Amino acid sequence: MLLFLEQLLNGLQFGVTLLLMASGLTLIFGIMNLINLAHGSLFMVGAYVGATAIAHGSGFFLGLLAGIAAAAITGMAMEFVIMRRLYRRDHLDQVLATFGLILFFNEMVSIIWGRQPVAMNTPDFLSGTVELIPGAPYPAFRLAVIVTGIVVTGLLYFLVMKTRIGMWIRAGASNREMIGALGVNISLLYTVLFGFGAALAGLAGVMAAPFSAVQSGMGENILILTFVVIVIGGIGSIRGAVAGALLIGLTDTLGRVYIPDLMRLWLPPSVADGAGASLASMMIYILMAVVLAFRPRGLFQTHG
Amino acid sequence: MVKNFSRKSWVTLAIFGLLALVPPIAHAFDNSFLITMFNRALIYAVAAVGLDLIIGFGGMVSFGHAAFFGIGAYTAGILGTHAFDGSDFIFGWTGSNAALVVWPLAMLVAAFFGAIIGLISLRTSGVYFIMITLAFAQLFYFFFVSLSQYGGEDGLSLWDRNTLPGLDLYDRNTFYYLCFTILLAVWFFLSRLVASRFGRVIVGCKQNERRMRALGYDPLLYKLVAFCISAAIGGLAGALIANHSEFVSPGLLHWSRSGELMVIVILGGMGTLVGPVYGALALFLLEESLVSFTEHWQVILGPILILVVVFFRGGIAGFLTGNGKASIKSGDDHG
Repeated sequence: MLLFLEQLLNGLQFGVTLLLMASGLTLIFGIMNLINLAHGSLFMVGAYVGATAIAHGSGFFLGLLAGIAAAAITGMAMEFVIMRRLYRRDHLDQVLATFGLILFFNEMVSIIWGRQPVAMNTPDFLSGTVELIPGAPYPAFRLAVIVTGIVVTGLLYFLVMKTRIGMWIRAGASNREMIGALGVNISLLYTVLFGFGAALAGLAGVMAAPFSAVQSGMGENILILTFVVIVIGGIGSIRGAVAGALLIGLTDTLGRVYIPDLMRLWLPPSVADGAGASLASMMIYILMAVVLAFRPRGLFQTHG
Repeated sequence: MVKNFSRKSWVTLAIFGLLALVPPIAHAFDNSFLITMFNRALIYAVAAVGLDLIIGFGGMVSFGHAAFFGIGAYTAGILGTHAFDGSDFIFGWTGSNAALVVWPLAMLVAAFFGAIIGLISLRTSGVYFIMITLAFAQLFYFFFVSLSQYGGEDGLSLWDRNTLPGLDLYDRNTFYYLCFTILLAVWFFLSRLVASRFGRVIVGCKQNERRMRALGYDPLLYKLVAFCISAAIGGLAGALIANHSEFVSPGLLHWSRSGELMVIVILGGMGTLVGPVYGALALFLLEESLVSFTEHWQVILGPILILVVVFFRGGIAGFLTGNGKASIKSGDDHG
């Protein structure tokens, strides 16, 4: 039971990281109608810059800020130089161009930081454990990730649904000519929005860095999971991103722990472990196929 | 129009002629590595021409085509392994090493999974289709990564190349011309196919699916068949690459491989069938020449791809045949 609770929280923590990625990506996709494969590169930039700053003694919060800022600046530069030429293009062109960006960023990172992974430790004041319920210690840093993710998503939801900027964003999603005609500087709005999505990816990157090796290409694995989240949730829907991220985070984490055990009930242990591990790593893709077989436009389908 | 047509066929003829001359030229320069390199490009061209059928003509942007490539390669790898050590594969069959058995089987298995993936994926369209095909490819990638019986992450070495009566596939020239013939055959078959009624229906579905339905066609059926044909060709290319490198690994199914195939199609010019052949040659030549400059060649390749997307529409084929439209005014300066 305690193990289950712990795994549940781990799943939640993974889900929250995915959520930060997914909300940035789906904001950009839902509003600008742009597929950005290089969103994972922004995650990577955040992780690298954050880890490097902290390794050089910046302290955790300054490092976190550095990572977020680096990702945001990179994202805005990306939008300004390349992406704005692609808004009206085919999705295919966007896929190809952002694929080129991935090659560029991955190689650039290994030129600057080398091929060896960079390590990042959890900050001292979060390296302990917290007893959520008596007898069940849980790492404080993971808990902090969960809380941060929930707070940031809450703020995002408020920003998009309740504020004037959010109103412009939503209006721009339905009709960009109209919102431009109303006097909103749409090209500036889009650059800022892109930077905002990038900042969320950077935040996710710094917070995920202690759990994973910070290395070239680290962005792609999470990018593909993020796509799965968005597709399951419904493209352009923040609620969908929340549902999808939690579903994927929990399925993946719990699947890896419990599927091999479940298989042992029917199969000899040697077979069960192998088959279980392979089934567990395919689980989320199977889940996605099942969801899309019944709801081809995701759980929370949006307009268009 | 007539002039344009003749220019297009002339360019097509020239490229195939050039490919036919690769081995003698390589021997003249005493550089047999050229044959190996171009052979690789030929095999990727086979897969890319097949992918172009669904992307360029059917409007189905599959971002998971490497799955079929890998499935074909693993079919050859797994059957070859059992044929080598004589162990039981399935129902007492000990695999095979005969190309005439293995290659059609690779196509069949790929088409079978193509049918399953297609059935689910084709319910969606647009971006959903791109992402769901990507996710299916990941599913197969992880399947082969955890298939420890056949090497798992480390991959599987082929003990022998497949055998074909009367031909020695270990001979560089023979294998090169065999792959070249297969590329020609696939290209010819697909050109006939897209010119046929079937092809017209596929293109019609891309343009307006509702109209095709109103005309009494079942778009899903046509698209599914096209998807399976494309998958089968991908499987064939996979069996060839397994023979070429004598090694099969999950890397063949990695999502970046799907991206590479898409790059080849778009770079060469989608919807032209011959375009992917240019694309494969261009990408491999570019890679090889950049590698000789710097080990960080991808840092140059990436921006080149972006420039191609932004400034050249219609890819190399469009450029060569004069059909390409420079999308932005300044594009002319770079052309």
